Amino acid sequence: MSDPGSAPDGAPDGAPDRDFDDNPYDLLARDDDAAHRWAFGTGFTDPLDGIDRSVPDGVDQGQLARCCLALGDDALIYSHRLQQWVTRMPELEEETALANVALDLLGQARMLLSRAGGIVGRSEDQLAFFRAEPEFRNVRLAEHADRDFAELTVRLLLLSTWRLALFESLAGRGPGAGAADPVLAAIAAKGVNELAYHRDYAAGWVVRLGDGTALSHAKAQAALDILWPQAVELFRPDPDALAACPGGIGDRAAFDAIVDTVLAAAGLDRPAAPGPACPPGRPPAAVGERAGRDGAHTAAMAGILAELQSVARADPGATW
Amino acid sequence: MVTGAARPAYAVAAATPDPELPALTIEDLGILRSVDDPPGQGVVITITPTYSGCPAMREIAADIEARLHRAGFPRVTVATRLAPPWSTDWITAEGRRKLAAAGIAPPSAAPSRAGPVPLTLAYPPPASALAAGPLSSGPLAPGPLAPGPLAPGCPRCGSADTRLTAQFGATACKSLHRCAACGEPFESVKPL
Repeated sequence: MSDPGSAPDGAPDGAPDRDFDDNPYDLLARDDDAAHRWAFGTGFTDPLDGIDRSVPDGVDQGQLARCCLALGDDALIYSHRLQQWVTRMPELEEETALANVALDLLGQARMLLSRAGGIVGRSEDQLAFFRAEPEFRNVRLAEHADRDFAELTVRLLLLSTWRLALFESLAGRGPGAGAADPVLAAIAAKGVNELAYHRDYAAGWVVRLGDGTALSHAKAQAALDILWPQAVELFRPDPDALAACPGGIGDRAAFDAIVDTVLAAAGLDRPAAPGPACPPGRPPAAVGERAGRDGAHTAAMAGILAELQSVARADPGATW
Repeated sequence: MVTGAARPAYAVAAATPDPELPALTIEDLGILRSVDDPPGQGVVITITPTYSGCPAMREIAADIEARLHRAGFPRVTVATRLAPPWSTDWITAEGRRKLAAAGIAPPSAAPSRAGPVPLTLAYPPPASALAAGPLSSGPLAPGPLAPGPLAPGCPRCGSADTRLTAQFGATACKSLHRCAACGEPFESVKPL
């Protein structure tokens, strides 16, 4: 059982033989590990491995795929934006918090893209790394580049409040029966628990900033003034991408009520709806009739995809 | 509910440690859901992720396979199950004991899984927070507010007077706290 060749460097002489079974990291050093993983967590397999992926009768497969793609792309692109904040956060605790939020969203993205890909005949990696910009279906708000920490927290509040409500609906925790597809319903039910922590985290910081110093209040209010008009896109009538979702695109009044509760505690003023169509220097929520769900993205999207896709495109046959 | 506990492979799979909480096994954590040996298919182990992005799933699956191979089960499949989603309520009494022994406060009861999730404002202005007790939402306008989750007791000195310092710890499943009595920081498994 014991393999001295794999003992960790620097183990003191005379230390008792260590059993591989006590340390799962030692598995990485074993030659007989069939997966040949090069680092913790790698050797990726499909996140829906072993799950019954048949689509029930009566569910429109095209609609289901488009819904999963839209929600998966929101999570993938927004997670990438959040990851770019790592090493730039004001405190270590916030750093780990944001990395965990980004990781949750990446996990949701993988399952949703896998679900969509199983229907359209592409893998999660093909969807994430080998689609062109107009093929992405995420909202433009997910692409937004935060100017400061206040924009980060306000944007996280808006996106997590919307996404949590939609996932509750998909999981059958809303007024309806939940998603007709059991895999989508299960992904959503799992995500609800995660998104609840994301929303609470964002709400706590919005209150802290809004009810903090004059400077933090001014920055939080400025962030809200910029981002609130862009939240319109989350509720654009969408006949296609989210049609498979019970409750469709979400209940704007319920969204507003939750945001208002946070803003009241924070002492922040919600901009008059719908606000200016396009704050100075900021991308509008839509271009004419088209927005992110139609593949019409902001100028920031090209930079995100260049970074996100560069490694996979440099070596298209690579495994992770 | 966990099924297949009487199967010979169960004890082998159940002893697999969690990579991020190595003091606990996947059985202690409630990650192991079933062990089956359908005719002609070898052993099928079903596990469930704690969080959607949990990077330990691949490690756990590889470890289960290696353990069963060594124990004489040549054909092993590790499958994933998503529904119902994992809950900290599935952590066993033994798992809770091991958590506390490792200095990690066990989770309080998981939040309800019915109806809309209530908003929790865990970072109220400091003055009202101290006046109303840790994690209280303070005097706020009516709305979908709920009191914060029960503050975990200090695993070191046992005091109930603890403060949340961060809702996310070194892993997604843990939060960070500080004991007001003994001053020590500690981790807690978040109720989920």
